[in-house]
Amino acid sequence: MKKNDRRTFLKQVGVIAGLAACGKASTACAAVRKPDEADQYGVLVDTTRCVGCRRCERACNAINTDLPRRSDEFYRDSTVFDHRRSMDDKAYTVVNRYRSSKDPAKPVFAKFQCMHCRKPACVSACIVGALTRDAAGAVVYDPWKCIGCRYCMIACPFQVPGYEYTNALTPQVRKCHFCNQARLSKGLPPACVEACPMEVMTFGSRSDLLDMARLRRSAHPGRYVPRIYGENEVGGTAWLYLSSIPFDEIDFPRLGYHPIPGYTEPIQHAIFKWFLPPLCIYAALGGIWWYKAKHKKAQQKVIDI
Amino acid sequence: MSFHRHAAPVDKKFFTTGTLILTALMLSGLGVGLYRMIFGLAAATNLNNQYPMGLWIGVDVATGVALAAGGFTSSALAYVFQREHFHALVRPALLTAVLGYTFVAIGLLFDLGRWYNVWHPMLPSMWQGNSVLFEVGICVMCYLTVLYIEFIPIVCERFIGKVNLPGKLRRFNYGIDMLLRFLDHVLGKIMFVFILAGIMLSCLHQSSLGTLMLIAPYKMHPLYASQLSPVFFLASAMAVGLAMVIFESMLASRSFDRKPEMYMLAPLARIMPYLLGIYIAVKLGDMVYRGTHVFLMDGTAPSLMFWVEFGALTVIPFFMFMSSEIRNSPRGLLLAATMYIAGVLLNRCTVFFIAYKPLYADKVYVPALSEFALTIGLVCTIAFVYRAVVTFFPVLPRHET
Repeated sequence: MKKNDRRTFLKQVGVIAGLAACGKASTACAAVRKPDEADQYGVLVDTTRCVGCRRCERACNAINTDLPRRSDEFYRDSTVFDHRRSMDDKAYTVVNRYRSSKDPAKPVFAKFQCMHCRKPACVSACIVGALTRDAAGAVVYDPWKCIGCRYCMIACPFQVPGYEYTNALTPQVRKCHFCNQARLSKGLPPACVEACPMEVMTFGSRSDLLDMARLRRSAHPGRYVPRIYGENEVGGTAWLYLSSIPFDEIDFPRLGYHPIPGYTEPIQHAIFKWFLPPLCIYAALGGIWWYKAKHKKAQQKVIDI
Repeated sequence: MSFHRHAAPVDKKFFTTGTLILTALMLSGLGVGLYRMIFGLAAATNLNNQYPMGLWIGVDVATGVALAAGGFTSSALAYVFQREHFHALVRPALLTAVLGYTFVAIGLLFDLGRWYNVWHPMLPSMWQGNSVLFEVGICVMCYLTVLYIEFIPIVCERFIGKVNLPGKLRRFNYGIDMLLRFLDHVLGKIMFVFILAGIMLSCLHQSSLGTLMLIAPYKMHPLYASQLSPVFFLASAMAVGLAMVIFESMLASRSFDRKPEMYMLAPLARIMPYLLGIYIAVKLGDMVYRGTHVFLMDGTAPSLMFWVEFGALTVIPFFMFMSSEIRNSPRGLLLAATMYIAGVLLNRCTVFFIAYKPLYADKVYVPALSEFALTIGLVCTIAFVYRAVVTFFPVLPRHET
């Protein structure tokens, strides 16, 4: 009970701090409670606040020094919004601009990056375990294990991973890693979250963020569509989104609640349950062979006589 | 195994116009292969972040594995089910499988970004039992090993008593001969272990190839997103394996001026309607059960491909194999087998990149000319090596003149 009480209390503190952040931009994150195993870090993205300044993109480029360097001018250029952009081997996060069906005068901006699924399809797909989900909830990539089959890119329901097709010898799969080594492991929010001047993103434990999202929705009726994107999609994602217009209109795929690995892993695990099915095939074939051979010998004997 | 004492090397000239054309196509494939290795995938292919897998996976790997299925289906027929009249087909089918799988592995190296890590799935520290691809990879590696073991008796038969190394290597002649005799003796006794293992491994990875694309349920066209996909892949692989045995036997007879081996091929073709019938029935039943028949007329490329690969190139060959007249005519049988092989080729391409619709594709993936060149080069290399092996090793049935 006591533990529970403490938990609810902390949750309330988190929510109050979050609400405070709603009112005036003061801190970069909600009161960060270290998440336990079942409830890991997440980020709530409130797209209604985004103005498309692309500072998150710049911060991402700054912290990921192995990405191609880009000038500040590039990040001030607003013509990039004329076309929809995807994440690729040069950018782990991109902001896109959409016409709002609600208020055509005010465009909607949406930031994309890896959603860090709770049941990641890419991790299930990877042939050598080069993609893993760490204790804090970040889905991370180990290039030294990778064989470059790109099956993770087939698997990802959000089309996140990019590949270095131009690199002939050591190409890597490139995607957002939640700043897991530089920041997340120290309990710090990712670089993009910290760089945002509009408090679009809130970093914290995922369940607190879900509470916060619901509170915001009830505090501002009519401002958001009812759905919190990422709450249940493909089993839930660490990154959660609020939007003023339907998520279809800002290019979020329409996905069910069933985790993607649930489409293949049951088949795999059934085929290899205690290695029994393969052994059964083997034994059955051997049995048929033995029976047929015996049967034939008997027949020949009859003929010989 | 004493069944094969009637197999013999082919007594024909190796270099003909045909082999020279093959050589030219092989060289162009080799050129593309080198180009890809030096300049990377972006230079040699039209792959991108939306379409990460293309012609090389669809044809060189997925179709290659399916067409090489004759190795396990023919040995299942000849040994497990004791159909002795098919024994003469086992060796050519085995050679097809050995070459097919070897070139699946070689073709895969060109597609893998970090091809030098291809051995990683063998390391227990990197085993990933949840991954369908891991299972396919491990099974293919094991099966390739089994295939080479199954091929050893052919090498033994060719060289026992004939080991004749030149010059200073002469002193090894006796040792090598003893080794071959030993291998022949031991393998002759335990070969059933490997034959059974080969069939089991084939069933596992042929079906799992069909599970691969189920990881992308939101990107696959509904006609090709069935949970029964592994069953379709296994059934169609078994059928196309036999079709390949027929096709190759016909081509070899034509190429070596022999009479087509209709006395074996016609009975073999009698099995085809059963395999194809099961495949077609399950596929249609699944379509009705899932209600995906509404997508048959949606005018998209995958539904068009369904009409071509399934309607035209699977159902029509099924009826052709049903007719005893066609089964017993060399021309009709070759046509039916070729049609079904083309059907499976298109089916695998459809599953791996035509029915795959990424979220944000601005343009459809069309394989680059260089991708076709490498694929054609690999196919020609298989044909070239096949011809070389049958002129040197006792694979094809002895030809009575």
